[in-house]
Amino acid sequence: MFPFIRKRESLFLAIFALAIILIPIFVKNKYHIIVMNIVGLNTIVVVGLNLLIGFAGQISLGHAAFYGMGAYLSAVLTATYSFPPWPTIVIAMIATGMVAYFVGYPSLKLRGHYLVMATLGFSIIVHIFMVELDKITGGPSGFPGIPNLSIGRLVFDNDFKNFYLIWTLAFFCILVSINLVNSRVGRALRAIHGSEIAANTLGVDTDKYKTKIFVLSAIFASLAGSLYAHYITFISPRSFDFYYSIQVVTMVIVGGMGSVWGSFFGAGLLTVLSEILHVAEKYNIIAYGAILTIVLIFLPEGVLVGLYNLYQRRKIKALIKEEKESSFESRI
Amino acid sequence: MELHEQILQYIISGLTIGAIYALVALGFNIIHNATGIVNFVQCEFVTLGGMMIYTYYTIFRIPLSFSFFLSTATVTLLGALIERGPIRAAKSKAIIVLIFITIGISSTIRGTALLAWGPDNVPIPSFSGEKVIQILGAAILPQHLWIFAITIVVVIFLQYFFHRTLIGKAMRATAVNRRAASLVGINVNWMILLSFAMSGGLGAVGGIIIAPITTTSYDTGIMLALKGFAAAILGGYGNSTGAIIGGLILGVLESLGAGLISSKFKNAFAFFILLLVLFFKPTGLLGHGETERV
Repeated sequence: MFPFIRKRESLFLAIFALAIILIPIFVKNKYHIIVMNIVGLNTIVVVGLNLLIGFAGQISLGHAAFYGMGAYLSAVLTATYSFPPWPTIVIAMIATGMVAYFVGYPSLKLRGHYLVMATLGFSIIVHIFMVELDKITGGPSGFPGIPNLSIGRLVFDNDFKNFYLIWTLAFFCILVSINLVNSRVGRALRAIHGSEIAANTLGVDTDKYKTKIFVLSAIFASLAGSLYAHYITFISPRSFDFYYSIQVVTMVIVGGMGSVWGSFFGAGLLTVLSEILHVAEKYNIIAYGAILTIVLIFLPEGVLVGLYNLYQRRKIKALIKEEKESSFESRI
Repeated sequence: MELHEQILQYIISGLTIGAIYALVALGFNIIHNATGIVNFVQCEFVTLGGMMIYTYYTIFRIPLSFSFFLSTATVTLLGALIERGPIRAAKSKAIIVLIFITIGISSTIRGTALLAWGPDNVPIPSFSGEKVIQILGAAILPQHLWIFAITIVVVIFLQYFFHRTLIGKAMRATAVNRRAASLVGINVNWMILLSFAMSGGLGAVGGIIIAPITTTSYDTGIMLALKGFAAAILGGYGNSTGAIIGGLILGVLESLGAGLISSKFKNAFAFFILLLVLFFKPTGLLGHGETERV
């Protein structure tokens, strides 16, 4: 099913899967599980967004809107119109993907960075609709009473059950992403990132690939949003504002642009960090802004890779120095 | 009030806010032309313009004209500092990284402003009273006239600067081709610094002159600046005449839309127009298709 997974990656994936199975058995603290569930949801969004940023080289500040669309479509359709939850998630993903296509296609056709503003404008429109269409969405006070997901008689009604649900899907998203990155499409995307013009002259339909990857990332966000709605059972527009878009973008940068595992790392690190900072929510905006700026200035490859490269450079420098000294000594 | 009077009223308030969009759009264009970056700190330039005049004028009680000058100078300096600091220090000069950095700085400044001035809107007194002037049945505030006058002065100044002075011409040369400009002896780094400073100043002026009408808070700049960006796209990204026309048209359309269709969705109109323009005429009203040389 996933022909492009390499050997080393499948080892990683196996360890990852094992961890997902084992963690709820050993971690009994409910709060820790809740945090990990949020990490899982963010991982799904960030992995998708990173495909766009890291491979298509485009920025979206609208992923809060796609996340919110998934959440609200699932919530309204299942709670108000009693649609069955699982098909509704798929409906939400398709609808979000189509909307993303209409937002992304015109701006991705253009050279330069129009997508960032188009998505930002779009996310502001979506947010206004969430607040103002209060008869449907519940307005600023939120939308309660969303049913939990269930498979047969198994209802995902506590944090531990949801852990398995969320992380299984996160695992699946990571799997799809790695497979995609290693495939022909991934190579085309990397070519676009390297040089769009070169890719174009070599016969890569750059507009098409960029649009496709944008739509895919929106679909991931929608899936995460639906899961969030069914997990928390209450949503409000505040969870889907501009700052969420900044958060996920920061997670991509910290994890490293163009790294699937980095996305998981970035989502984990920053979600935990915001939980710690939660004591003073006022500082959240500054913290994210400052982290984003500082990491980009000094470690544009992402924290893990950046620090590793710095370490390597140090080592090489030390080696050169040593060699110089020894050759100096031998000359004497 | 009859319908045509109402429409006139909407058009006047639309032109007022449109003038602000035009100033912001010019700021976006200047930096875009010099560097290719979409500068998100533009939002904070506008916010800080308003908050600075509040600080200088209402808190420190410095006379209005001085406060105006000081606020603009402060934000201009901030613009220059941002270029000299984070943008210059960045290890990677890829456009996407630089855009991200401006997003980061913008968040940082917004958070700091929230801590410094609190979350509430603060009022700024009008520059010269609140006495309403009646023209053809529409009510105009003196502040509206100030906005038009100051915008016109700024635009004339920019026109003079870019077309009659050596530095202005050097900046235009840098915008056309950075490498060629540096080959003929233009200090490109200075031009980029200047473009950040100027767009800081432009944003600040916009934020200051609109503040008495809308009041101001730590996040007013986001909406104003993003609509300013929509105006820049509408007029043709990078085109300065386009920025002014785009700003005015956007302001009027938004005002008419809010007044005649629905005021609830007022903020959505501008972005709806932005998406429509990107869809149907991405080069904008005055832009022309670019042929890219490889």
